[in-house]
Amino acid sequence: MTATDTPDGAINESQWRGRYDKREEDAVTEQPPAGRPRLEREARQLLGQLIRPHRRQIILVLALIVGQVSTTMLAPWLIALAIDRGMPQAINGHYRTLTEITGALLVAAATSGVLQWLFLRRSGTIGQAILIDLRRRVFDHSQKLSVSWHERFTSGRVISRLTSDVDTLRELLDASLDGLLLAVLNIVIISVLMVFLDPWLALMALAALIPLFALFRWFSGRSTVAFRRTRETVALVIVQFVETFNGIRAVQSFRREKRNDAIFEGLNQDYRDANSTVFKLHSVFIPGVTLVGNVATVAVLFVGGTRVAEGGLQLGVLTAFLLYLRQFYGPMEDVAIFFNSLQSATAALEKLARVLAEIPSVPEPAQPRALPQPVRGEITFDAVEFSYDAQAERPRIVLHHLDLQIEQGQTVALVGATGAGKTTIAKLISRFYDPSEGTVRLDGVPLAQLTDEDLRSAIVMITQDGFLFSGSVADNIAFGNPGASRAEIEAAARAVGAEEFILKLPEGYDTDVRKRGGRLSAGQRQLVAFARAFLADPAVLILDEATSSLDIPTERAVQRALYTVLHGRTALIIAHRLSTVEIANRVLVLDDGRVVEDGTPQELIEADVKSGGGRFAALHTAWRESLA
Amino acid sequence: MADGAIQTNNSSGAAPPGSVRDLLRLWPWLRPYRGYLIFMLVTATLAMVVQSILPLVTAALIDGPIARRDTSGMYPLIGLALLFGVLEAVLFGLRRRAMTTSALAIETDMRRDFYQHLQRLPVSFHDRWPSGQLLSRVTSDLSTLRRFAGFMAVFFFANLAVIVVVLIMLVRLDAVLGISVCVVMAPLAIATRYYERQYNIEARRAQDLTGDLATGVEESVLGIRVIKSFGRRGQLLENFTSDAQRLREAELKKNRTLANLWTVIGSYPQLVLAGVTFFGVLAVAHGRLSTGELVAFITLQLRLNWPLMALGWLIAGTEETVAASARLFEVFDTKSDIIEPESAARLPVNTGPARLQFDRVSFRFPGAETDTLHELNLDIAAGETMALVGPTGSGKTILTALVARLHDVTGGAIRIDGVAVDRLALDDLRRTVSTAFEDPTLFSASVRENITLGLPDASDEEVREAIEIAQAGFVYELPYGLQTRVGEQGLSLSGGQRQRLALARAVLGRPRVLVLDDPLSALDVHTEALVEGALRRILSSTTALVVAHRASTVLLADRVALLDEGRIVAVGTHSQLLATNDAYRNLLSQKAETRV
Repeated sequence: MTATDTPDGAINESQWRGRYDKREEDAVTEQPPAGRPRLEREARQLLGQLIRPHRRQIILVLALIVGQVSTTMLAPWLIALAIDRGMPQAINGHYRTLTEITGALLVAAATSGVLQWLFLRRSGTIGQAILIDLRRRVFDHSQKLSVSWHERFTSGRVISRLTSDVDTLRELLDASLDGLLLAVLNIVIISVLMVFLDPWLALMALAALIPLFALFRWFSGRSTVAFRRTRETVALVIVQFVETFNGIRAVQSFRREKRNDAIFEGLNQDYRDANSTVFKLHSVFIPGVTLVGNVATVAVLFVGGTRVAEGGLQLGVLTAFLLYLRQFYGPMEDVAIFFNSLQSATAALEKLARVLAEIPSVPEPAQPRALPQPVRGEITFDAVEFSYDAQAERPRIVLHHLDLQIEQGQTVALVGATGAGKTTIAKLISRFYDPSEGTVRLDGVPLAQLTDEDLRSAIVMITQDGFLFSGSVADNIAFGNPGASRAEIEAAARAVGAEEFILKLPEGYDTDVRKRGGRLSAGQRQLVAFARAFLADPAVLILDEATSSLDIPTERAVQRALYTVLHGRTALIIAHRLSTVEIANRVLVLDDGRVVEDGTPQELIEADVKSGGGRFAALHTAWRESLA
Repeated sequence: MADGAIQTNNSSGAAPPGSVRDLLRLWPWLRPYRGYLIFMLVTATLAMVVQSILPLVTAALIDGPIARRDTSGMYPLIGLALLFGVLEAVLFGLRRRAMTTSALAIETDMRRDFYQHLQRLPVSFHDRWPSGQLLSRVTSDLSTLRRFAGFMAVFFFANLAVIVVVLIMLVRLDAVLGISVCVVMAPLAIATRYYERQYNIEARRAQDLTGDLATGVEESVLGIRVIKSFGRRGQLLENFTSDAQRLREAELKKNRTLANLWTVIGSYPQLVLAGVTFFGVLAVAHGRLSTGELVAFITLQLRLNWPLMALGWLIAGTEETVAASARLFEVFDTKSDIIEPESAARLPVNTGPARLQFDRVSFRFPGAETDTLHELNLDIAAGETMALVGPTGSGKTILTALVARLHDVTGGAIRIDGVAVDRLALDDLRRTVSTAFEDPTLFSASVRENITLGLPDASDEEVREAIEIAQAGFVYELPYGLQTRVGEQGLSLSGGQRQRLALARAVLGRPRVLVLDDPLSALDVHTEALVEGALRRILSSTTALVVAHRASTVLLADRVALLDEGRIVAVGTHSQLLATNDAYRNLLSQKAETRV
């Protein structure tokens, strides 16, 4: 992270951000593994892919604009005609030619208007189609990427890609393409005309293209870096913004506002500085283009004037040349401005292309295997080893060579201290991660060979965070099974004992849960998450600390429900509290990534007596003693 | 509580269109940079003057020395042309420089103020406002504003000036023809006004939908685990697509209005030109006008085309800015309903534990029809630890949020050492009361920064003590110890670890009143016992309200209050209540659990 001086009481990142390992720093500053040219190429490729489906339409749009420009160019010619031809006749009292020419002028104006309208509409439609395509691609791809990618990349940054970066492309598409086309058309036509008028003067005028080219090259090189920096700094602003307001309760009750003000101001200034660099380049580049044009015009004027004075050139030719020149260099500014938008969009497209280039580390199989129906729910771990940083030099192994067979209908409790690997096992079964070594199977089929649909309808995990989406309570329960009827939703809520509190809400099932379920308490959110999983009706259910915030009677109600719910299903329960474990018919005690005890609760409690081990027994005793 | 004062802007409902008044309200942010703005206006005007002088120099050159075949007479004028050419570019560059400084600074200032304002709006506001709506304001709306301040505002005036000047010159050239052109052009102003209004409404809707889309994005990313767990990628994509399509339709509507506006502005003067040609030629034919005058008139009128086209574009930009400002002011205008007292009361000077009283406290959620808490009374003596027990949904969580005024009571009062909390300065109150919430929120910052959230100046000794009380010693084993970044952008911690950090944060600096919402729910039995042991030490020297679900946590407390349906139904020691209160027994008895 760069440390820059920041005014206005802004505080430096190094004072609060803290340190983290190398690999993550890479993710934060997004130092691309690829070099610059490759990045740009990726961005251009993406742009190409987005445009390709519309190429016919784009040709039509080009034709429209050519037509429009030509009809507009007709007007001066028609006016000249009116004066040269129409006037003498009008003086003689004949108005026919004048009327005809005026009519032609009106028709030309109307045609130009219609063509312009069509052009604007068509190009707007194409632009929007490209945008929606890009949005969908990035959105869907980010959803395809694994949980580990999301954890590394962070939510704020994904949000920044999908909002701010996409907006940059919108600005490019909004940037008047007609202006650019008009400019290019003008430049080409006028070049040709000038060559016909006087090749030597034309050569001089065209020679100005060399410094212009150099100017474009200079700007292109510098601005690419600068624009990239704006994309990165705006992402950090967004990350801070999102994080602050997701944790607003903690921010306010701990009087964090002032320090956050300072932190945000630091990021805000960084973003400003990045923009400022771009703008400064700008303030040289665009006036530079003007300067080259003006100087070249004066040069032509001087040389041409001298030649006229010496009798080598007609005055009329010089006059015409100068008029054309104005129309030749003027549009160059439009080209420059468009080029700037293109550079800006390229920086954003680079970022988007990088997201799209991420290969999901937990991919859907190319040739999936069918899951035998009905799903039995038998889970097998076959020599599974797992590490969260498998690529590291010395990976920290979370699970060591785990062999495990969970039979159909078994309810297994995972017990062990923090960091023993309980949640990891749950995440492997629900395929948030793939094992570093070995295979996890469902009914004998490796999880990696199942379609997402098969896998997800068979295995559902109730996660610790129990995220709720904005919408009603009913909507959130229905997330478990979008096709469910209202009666089914209510039945699910009833089954897990959530209905009582739901009916007390102002609008019952239709109560808006507010942002992140802010209207509900943690316990209530857990009940909704439970009902959601219940409604999904999976063959394998994983509960990761799913009842930790419930009061005892509610937890008991949930457990009573689980007795019936889990009948015939396979279940994996992770809980710190042994009360939750009581419905299990098998207990696995984990320690440092290994299963150290395995048996029915009764067997494990008795094991204490027979042997010296008995960790579960010890836990059980401690727990009993903790009860009032 | 001023409920309903904040209306979530639901984009399906039509938002009130913004007006130019919203632009004027930007003045406080523009004011500090007014010098720059004037400078930009001046340089832009000068550049235009230079631009129009340049052709005159050329003309003088052609008519003069060149026509006279006087090579040496050319030099001064050539020099002049070169000077003006360079001057134009320099003026251009200067204006862009000024724009860099001012427009960017204005944008940055507004972003800062927006963030600061938002941080001080109450939790109820944040619960109600979709996050994407806030995010889109701070990103895309502010960029729109920057473009306006740096570019459009200046050109708007410059172009208007050019148009007015040209029109005046037309009238002076030929009064009848000139006035006719002015009159005939009038409908253009009316049409422009019409499209402008329409565009304003459409721009507003598109901006709102952009916010909705951002909300969808944010939820899809924050809820990724749930989405994956249920395999709902398809459904999410569908929702996102329909949001994006709605935005596209809104953008296309904008596009249609814009196409209409630009076409009218572009073509109408051409039609007028045809008329001028016709009547001009007639006038010449009848000797009322010379040919030269007609050519000059037409040439001059052609010079209106570009400023008019540009005006069309600037009008669209201005309307977008109006809508963006209206959106920003919606938030700026929202005042916190957690009001600082006008003359803050002071707590009696005392560093020891404080007495905490709930005096007929009622609370009703905004928009609800019934109270969640009903005239609740509870008196916690200084230094006492009170456990709060009650079934899910009885109102425990909201009760804890009332003490530090994250929400305000809707009836009655909460008092600390006899002073109602709403009479204390917020900063004072929140320094006195420390809360650990049920959701242990960590920020992407160092462990130390996370613990010292409320007290950035806490000493190492205090931090060490807080870590010990919360049994969060694991932090020393992290790769960089207390400097290790945790939270979303850092090392991810388990639920139990997060909860212990949140607890350390709450107990740091030994607050006089401690509010803990189920502080041990995610801990395993062993850790829980250790934390309880350590917590006891601090609880003896502070007043505490502890929400508890388990007997083990309840045992930390001197007394227990039983909350049911928003009322305190019993207060007593654990054993008293266990012996006398059925509901309490049912709530905490482990009978059903001991069946293992």
